[in-house]
Amino acid sequence: MSATPPFAVDLGTRSRAALANHRLLVWVLCCVAIALLLAFGSLVVGTSSVGTSLGWLLKPDADSSVVLWQIRLPRTLGAWLAGALLGLAGGIAQGVFRNPLAEPYLLGTASGAALGVTLSLIAADASFEGLGWAVRLGVTGAACVGAAGATLLTVSLTRGILETRSLLLSGIVVAFLLGSITQLLVLSRPEIWRTMQSFLLGSTGFLSWSSTELLGAALCISIVPAVLLARGLDALTLGEDTAQSLGLSLPLLRLTLLGIVSLASATAVGQVGVVGFVGLIAPHIVRETLSVNHRQLLIGAPLCGGALLQAADLLSRWVIRPSELPVGAVTACVGGSYLIFLLWRRSRRG
Amino acid sequence: MERGAVRLSSACAQDCRTVRRIAAALASSCGLAFAVAAAASPIVVRDDLQHEITLPRSPQRIISLLPGLTETVCALGECGRLVATDRYSNWPESVKALPKTGGLEDPLIEAIVRLHPDLVLLSSSQRITARLRELGIESFALDTQTYAQVGHMIMVIGTILDLRERAVALNRRIDGEVQTIGREVIARRRGPAPSVYFEVDPGPYSAGPESFIGELIRRLGARNIVQAGMGLFPKLNPEYVVRQNPDVIFVLSADAAHLADRPGWGEIRAVREKRICSFAQEIRDTIVHGGPRIADGMRAMADCLARVSP
Repeated sequence: MSATPPFAVDLGTRSRAALANHRLLVWVLCCVAIALLLAFGSLVVGTSSVGTSLGWLLKPDADSSVVLWQIRLPRTLGAWLAGALLGLAGGIAQGVFRNPLAEPYLLGTASGAALGVTLSLIAADASFEGLGWAVRLGVTGAACVGAAGATLLTVSLTRGILETRSLLLSGIVVAFLLGSITQLLVLSRPEIWRTMQSFLLGSTGFLSWSSTELLGAALCISIVPAVLLARGLDALTLGEDTAQSLGLSLPLLRLTLLGIVSLASATAVGQVGVVGFVGLIAPHIVRETLSVNHRQLLIGAPLCGGALLQAADLLSRWVIRPSELPVGAVTACVGGSYLIFLLWRRSRRG
Repeated sequence: MERGAVRLSSACAQDCRTVRRIAAALASSCGLAFAVAAAASPIVVRDDLQHEITLPRSPQRIISLLPGLTETVCALGECGRLVATDRYSNWPESVKALPKTGGLEDPLIEAIVRLHPDLVLLSSSQRITARLRELGIESFALDTQTYAQVGHMIMVIGTILDLRERAVALNRRIDGEVQTIGREVIARRRGPAPSVYFEVDPGPYSAGPESFIGELIRRLGARNIVQAGMGLFPKLNPEYVVRQNPDVIFVLSADAAHLADRPGWGEIRAVREKRICSFAQEIRDTIVHGGPRIADGMRAMADCLARVSP
């Protein structure tokens, strides 16, 4: 962490880069500490009480251990991982489109993923056999195909991906189109309505160890290439011409990054359903608290997104306990308020 | 069992199509019963997701996540075996005091695990089934959308509770009442069969002829404005209801007052001539829950139909 990054070639910025890295380290430790605190809270708060003291940790009865290790732990870990994936997807999307409002939902990616989930549910409905990994991979695979297809459709509608504004516009068109197809399918197949409803509300209540493993694998697969490609995003910030003059292949860079956005958001949608605003807000918080380049952003946004979804999950279980709120409603509420605050502050400054 | 089938066959002349369906449901349940008898104590049943479960003994701790299933367990006299229900189960009175474990879209998995159920009764919803099975909890999915499915559901729950005789008797009572009410209404009616619109939800969602509500409407000798092939519980174009111009409308009382405010609905004959059967929530539940109380619901429909018919 403390080593100077290879791209900080200017000797004058060497100490500044070291300082930035130092700050990033402190920031990362803070995020990890918050996540651990939230995880602890998440293990203690739930529908049923596992005891007010730490007694359950030392001597859990059979019941409490099932609740803790089979329900609350995969749930809190899964919520963190899903939030991290959404934060990563949002961070990449905002960099690729150089637009602070870009996120998987604006590109039609999430709508494509939801359509994929719907189709896989209809296909699985006739012969529902086998569980865990097979079904999860089926749902996630279909979500990935849907997400990638939607993103490609958005990109192809703009005749290349060089024009940022038209890309966002076609992303919205694709999102509406695919969203309406999903609705039509759900209307025509009432038997999948309930299952689909639980996806569209966004819920962390169904997270199990197998879904957590899947989310973890997706995060590992997507974060490594994203961080390696972060320099390209930095170059892109200076403008498309500059980036090209630095010898970057823009189409290849963008396609790879959009592929990562598809994978990350599809896996999250496949496991926790449609959870909005985390992908939008997490990179904002990172930029507010750290003055960052994209490498730091793509490390920070997942950490922040994970903590955000964990907090939302905790809140959703706590507000009307012993019942629960859909976590998607909580993120939309908290995230929407944050966005209004940002807009209000900007208008006051302006 | 045998006698039930004979009784049903003798009723065939009057009501062949439905009886055939019920007989099929009963026959499959009979087959089930023999299979169970042969295997001695363990209960082997196959649910509507085609998932076969083997219960070493009849479950004593049951969670029901659908009102119709809750009501069936209680109607079979085994309310005491329920340890929790979904938030929508509200009959009989005693289940209101039981713990609530969310709904089918958002079940409280943790609360369910805590209650150590032997069996969770629900309707087809793969996500919960999958999660519960991972946690080692048996669940059993039953659909209750058609009249035959309601009868089948009662028989299967009877099998699970090891109370097949009671389930047969309950089904016979329900079917007997449904036939009696239908015969009475038709005998008392002067004039042609009224056309009716049954509003399940102000969407407007209605009930198709293949659904159990559609079956009750048919037994009442009324003509459902929803035609076969439009689906079990289709979402209608409000214009379709205006064009069909029903003689009678069945609706929840909270929505009844505003029917005339819907565009064009003031011209519908039922609205113009105030032939509206509005039900309080408790009465409506007896119909739409699709459980053992459908005959009570049909009685309310028949009484109102007799009152408002031309």
